[in-house]
Amino acid sequence: MELLRFTTAGSVDDGKSTLIGRLLYDSKSIFEDQMEAVKRTSERKGLENIDLSLLTDGLKAEREQGITIDVAYRYFATPKRKFIIADTPGHIQYTRNMVTGASTANLALILIDARNGVVEQTCRHSYIASLLRIPHLIICVNKMDLAGYQETRFKQIVEDYKRFAKKMDFSDIRFIPISALLGDNVVNHSDKMPWYKEGTLLETLETIPVANDENRENARFPVQTIIRPHSDRYHDYRGYAGRVAGGVFHPGDRVTVLPSGESSAIKSIDAFSGALEEAYSPMSVSITLEDDVDVSRGDMIVRADDPPQMSQDIDCMMCWLNPKGPQPGVKYVLRHTTREVRSVIREVYYKVNINTLEQVEEDKDIRMNDICKVKLRTTQPLLYDSYARNRHTGSLILVDDGTNETVAAAMIV
Amino acid sequence: MPKYYLDHLKELEAEAIYVIREVVAQFDRPAILFSGGKDSIVVTHLARRAFWPAKIPMPLIHVDTGHNFPEALAFRDQLVEKLGVQLIVGSVQESIDNGRVKEETGLNASRNTLQIVTLLDTIETFKIDAAIGGARRDEEKARAKERFFSHRDEFGQWDPKNQRPELWNIFNGRKNLGEHFRVFPISNWTEMDVWNYILHEKIAIPPLYFAHEREVVQRLDTWLPVSEYLSLREGEKVVKKRIRFRTLGDITITGGIESDADTLEKIVVEVAASRQTERGNRGDDKRSETAMEDRKKQGYF
Repeated sequence: MELLRFTTAGSVDDGKSTLIGRLLYDSKSIFEDQMEAVKRTSERKGLENIDLSLLTDGLKAEREQGITIDVAYRYFATPKRKFIIADTPGHIQYTRNMVTGASTANLALILIDARNGVVEQTCRHSYIASLLRIPHLIICVNKMDLAGYQETRFKQIVEDYKRFAKKMDFSDIRFIPISALLGDNVVNHSDKMPWYKEGTLLETLETIPVANDENRENARFPVQTIIRPHSDRYHDYRGYAGRVAGGVFHPGDRVTVLPSGESSAIKSIDAFSGALEEAYSPMSVSITLEDDVDVSRGDMIVRADDPPQMSQDIDCMMCWLNPKGPQPGVKYVLRHTTREVRSVIREVYYKVNINTLEQVEEDKDIRMNDICKVKLRTTQPLLYDSYARNRHTGSLILVDDGTNETVAAAMIV
Repeated sequence: MPKYYLDHLKELEAEAIYVIREVVAQFDRPAILFSGGKDSIVVTHLARRAFWPAKIPMPLIHVDTGHNFPEALAFRDQLVEKLGVQLIVGSVQESIDNGRVKEETGLNASRNTLQIVTLLDTIETFKIDAAIGGARRDEEKARAKERFFSHRDEFGQWDPKNQRPELWNIFNGRKNLGEHFRVFPISNWTEMDVWNYILHEKIAIPPLYFAHEREVVQRLDTWLPVSEYLSLREGEKVVKKRIRFRTLGDITITGGIESDADTLEKIVVEVAASRQTERGNRGDDKRSETAMEDRKKQGYF
């Protein structure tokens, strides 16, 4: 069974919670005692129908205020796939949550209300999905029941969306007309929309090919830690532990250790289950080398003929996540793969108006939820690929030295 | 099947191993919180895999409520010996004797909440800066919002509204002196994943998880095991039933379910068909709608 991680974006009113509730319920992932608790709470609140959104609101403050304040993770499985949903709130002030949820997703599910069509919020959600390079996009045109199940309405929205999506970079977009409330085209085909011949939402989630979303070309292995057993049996064993971040490694491959540039060959790729013939992302393995070279945490083992970029000046798209904006000249701890360096924001090129996608060059004052293009300068060189090429070696975070909080996330251009 | 296919259990395993290795790389004195339950057993096995062929480079911490299933203690000691790791036991009885906590009284008394103090004291005594736990996000709604790396202030408390954003697989374990982290490598696993993994990897678990004959009393919707700590209420009768436990906690609050599942294969089938959450038989979660969130804020894991 394969794993698919997807993120959902939508506001309180467009039926996102109802849709998730339905996916969980129809795939029998909601247990009776959970359902009972939701029923009791709905009754206590004097609601006529069971409020499925109660299933996804986790914290006391959220239930009191009826809003979602953070990313919540949901799980369900069908006989074909296991799914992890990063459920993120859609209000404007929560860009940071959407970015967080999108960072690990293979697929984004965006809801459009059939009555309202493509609105500002659709634009915002789509832009974040494209910025975070989510490989697959499903646009659910929801509340088709309130639009008379009309094909013309659906087609109009599809056309509108395609026109505006041209400004962004998507390779795989699918459109599905649904009613989350009534279940049309969610799990079962709708007899109200015979004109729609493609798969239902669940069928689409089950069959979209995701195995090749990972980079299989550029072999990258950031070293996490060194394994030295010091036992009689493994006296001289020295394994470099890490998770493959790109490409494919085999025993015998000529490799270079960066940043030192020393070269060697892979002696073995080890896992608890035994020696492996190949390793690719996202596998966690230990690599041993033929030669006694100096390797430590933060180093990267790469194929000798295919090095990553190496620089102290990094251009990236950055999302600011903290209520306190960046202070001029302040150094931030920068985490990238398993490496930690210090950095300053050298230059702000522009901010992005995420409702219109315009580049704003007049106002360069960065605040929480702003997305901007910046130049970072680091104390030591980073070993990186562009985010478009590799999400693992192209992403980084900034940490405030004083509060230790994660204040920014960035994608290397 | 695509060429670079990775089964979902293998992907979850790889993720957990990555997280555990990050803990050892980023912290000075990490430890694994070992309850004797299946989740902490799986985490311990993942730690073994993460550092194989070396030993697990950190101790196990067991918070002993004094109200244990004897079978769980025996299992713990065997595993510790087999893995050759250090075991640290934090004793709730000692916390009571030292006056650190006061034993609850009354019919619903349990030592569940008292564990929080003992756990935090143990973390402080041994200067543990990262405690790895087997909590999963699918278990309970407050846990659905938990991070892999969960920051705790100097009082050991969790502030759910002020969590650090966690992006990609870059984990920020920076902290001030006196603060610590709770880390949850199997956050993304479901109960089904845990059982399938135990089955697939042939991981040994305590016999309590398999159907067996036991003396129990019916209380609320569950079968509570008879033990020296259980005081019978009016009208309660001790009966013999064939039961098994879906979770293992304090013997006073862990209820069993009637079951014939005496093999891992049968357990997987039973769990797949179950219409109740596994914590449905846990008295500690039933105290209020936000029982888990409230305890987590104080330092429960």
